[in-house]
Amino acid sequence: MNEKLDITLTVNGRSHALGVEPRRNLADALRDDLGLTGTHVGCEHGVCGACTVLMDGRPVRSCLTFACQAEGAAIETVEGLADGDRLHPLQQKFWELHGLQCGFCTPGMLMLAAGALRENPDMDDEEIREVMSSNLCRCTGYQNILRAVRAAADVMRAEGAQG
Amino acid sequence: MKPASFSYHKPGSVSAALALLAQFGEEGKIIAGGQSLVPSMNFRLARPETLIDINHIAEIQGVSDQGDHLEIGAVTRHATFHHPVSPCPLGRMLTKVVANIAHYPIRQRGTFGGSLSHADPASEWCLVAVTMGAEMEIHGPAGARRVPAAQFFRGTFTTAVGRDELLARIRLPKLPEGWGTGFYEFSRRKGDFALAMALAALKVEGGTIRAARLGLGAVGAHPQRLEALEAELTGQPATPQTFAAIGARAQTMVTPSGDIHGSAEYRRELAATVIARALTRAAEDAA
Ligand SMILES: Cc1cc2nc3c(=O)[nH]c(=O)nc-3n(C[C@H](O)[C@H](O)[C@H](O)COP(=O)(O)OP(=O)(O)OC[C@H]3O[C@@H](n4cnc5c(N)ncnc54)[C@H](O)[C@@H]3O)c2cc1C
Ligand code: FES
Ligand code: FES
Repeated sequence: MNEKLDITLTVNGRSHALGVEPRRNLADALRDDLGLTGTHVGCEHGVCGACTVLMDGRPVRSCLTFACQAEGAAIETVEGLADGDRLHPLQQKFWELHGLQCGFCTPGMLMLAAGALRENPDMDDEEIREVMSSNLCRCTGYQNILRAVRAAADVMRAEGAQG
Repeated sequence: MKPASFSYHKPGSVSAALALLAQFGEEGKIIAGGQSLVPSMNFRLARPETLIDINHIAEIQGVSDQGDHLEIGAVTRHATFHHPVSPCPLGRMLTKVVANIAHYPIRQRGTFGGSLSHADPASEWCLVAVTMGAEMEIHGPAGARRVPAAQFFRGTFTTAVGRDELLARIRLPKLPEGWGTGFYEFSRRKGDFALAMALAALKVEGGTIRAARLGLGAVGAHPQRLEALEAELTGQPATPQTFAAIGARAQTMVTPSGDIHGSAEYRRELAATVIARALTRAAEDAA
C-alpha cells in the first residue's frame, strides 16, 4: 500500500521530480519534500486557510488536495510572490499597514488575495471582505488585513495601467 | 491528522471509472473536489483503500444549455456558477445560491455532483435540485438510469447512487422568463453550513402570485420541496403578510431535531423566517 508515485510538480515556474505516497497532501509535499515552508498548515480540514496556494491561478486549500492530484498544474506559493528583492504589492502593504502580527496566517492570506485579485482586479470593499473571510486570523482582528488588500489592489491597478 | 494509505487511480472516461469501481468493490471510493471527502479522510473517519479520481474525465465537466434545461456535468466546480451560466432566471438564481457555499477557495475545487452525492442536509445544491425538480443521470454496470430528485435523496448523506455507480450529469429544468427567484440562509458565520435555508421562485402578475416553487433545507435529513405551500401561495397577493403566513404554516410541517447548534424549537422558528425572507426576495426579483 505504501508504494510511491513518481510525480512532477511545477512550483513557482520550476519543475520538481519527486516520489510521494498518494496520501501525501500538497501542503506537506511543498514543505517537507521541496523545503518550501512558507505554506503553513493549521487545521488540515479546510477551515483555516493557512495552507492556501494557487493552482492554475486559483486559490485552493493545499491540505485538501493530494500532491499526486496537482501534477500538471501550475502551483504558486508565497515564495514566488516577490520579484527578487522587490516585495509584491500585497506583501509591501501587509507590512506597511500591519496586516499581520504573528504571521502564521499571512502566507495563506497573501495567496488568497493574490488569486482573487487575479480573477477580479476591481474588487470593491465588500467583495474583498467576502473573499478574505475565507481564512482565519487569530491575531489582527482582520481590519488591517482588509486595508492592506485594498491598498495593494489600488497599487496593482495603477501599476497595471502604467505597464 | 494525516489520512491512511490508499492507492490512487486517475481514469480518463466514465467507463474506465466504472471498471475501477467494479474491480475494487467496497474498497474503492470516488474523489471529485475532495472538499468533503478529504477532511473526513484526514480525521480518519473515512479510510478508503483506493481512490478513483474523476477530475480528468472531460465528458462530465461543464454546463450546457439544452433549451428547456441546463445539463450540468458532475465535475463542474462550484465556482463555475459565480457568473450566470445562462441568461435566464435559473442561471441568475444559481449565482445567488453559490455565494453561500463554503468559501471562495473551497468553491474552486468542490463540485456540483460531489455536493449531491455527499448529500449533506445543509447542502445548497441539494436544495436547488429538490426545489427545481432536477433529474440525475447515474451510470453503473447495467448502463445509465435517470432518477428524479424526489427519489434521489434517501436520508442524511444517503442517495440513490450505489457503491458501483457514478453520478454523471444533472439536468435542471429552467424557469420561464418573468419568474423571480430568492434564496435566504442563516448561518452563524459567513461560509459555515446553514442552520436553515430556503429557496423560492415566484411568477407574479399584477401583485398576485400565479405560480410558486418553494423548498426548505438544513432543517431535516434532506431538503424538501413544500408543494402544499406552493399551492397555497398561488392566487395570493405577493405581500409580507402572505409570506409571513406561509412561513408560519411551514413551521407546523417540519420536525427538526435539536443539536449543539440550536434547539428543535429554534430551528422551527428559523424555518419560518428563512421561508418568509426567500419569498420576499423572490417577489422583489419578479417585480
Ligand atoms: C470549510 C468547509 C465549508 C464547507 N461549507 C459548505 C457549505 O456551506 N455548503 C455546502 O454545500 N458544502 C460545504 N462544504 C462542502 C463542499 O461544498 C464540498 O465541495 C461538497 O460537499 C462535496 O463536493 P466535492 O466535489 O468536494 O466531493 P468529494 O469530497 O470529492 O466527495 C464527496 C462524496 O461524494 C462522492 N462523490 C463525489 N462525486 C461523485 C460522483 N460524481 N458520483 C458518485 N459519488 C461521488 C465521494 O465518493 C464522497 O463520498 C464545505 C467544505 C469545507 C471544507
Ligand atoms: S490547514 Fe488547510 S485549511 Fe487549515
Ligand atoms: S497574524 Fe497571527 S494568525 Fe494572523
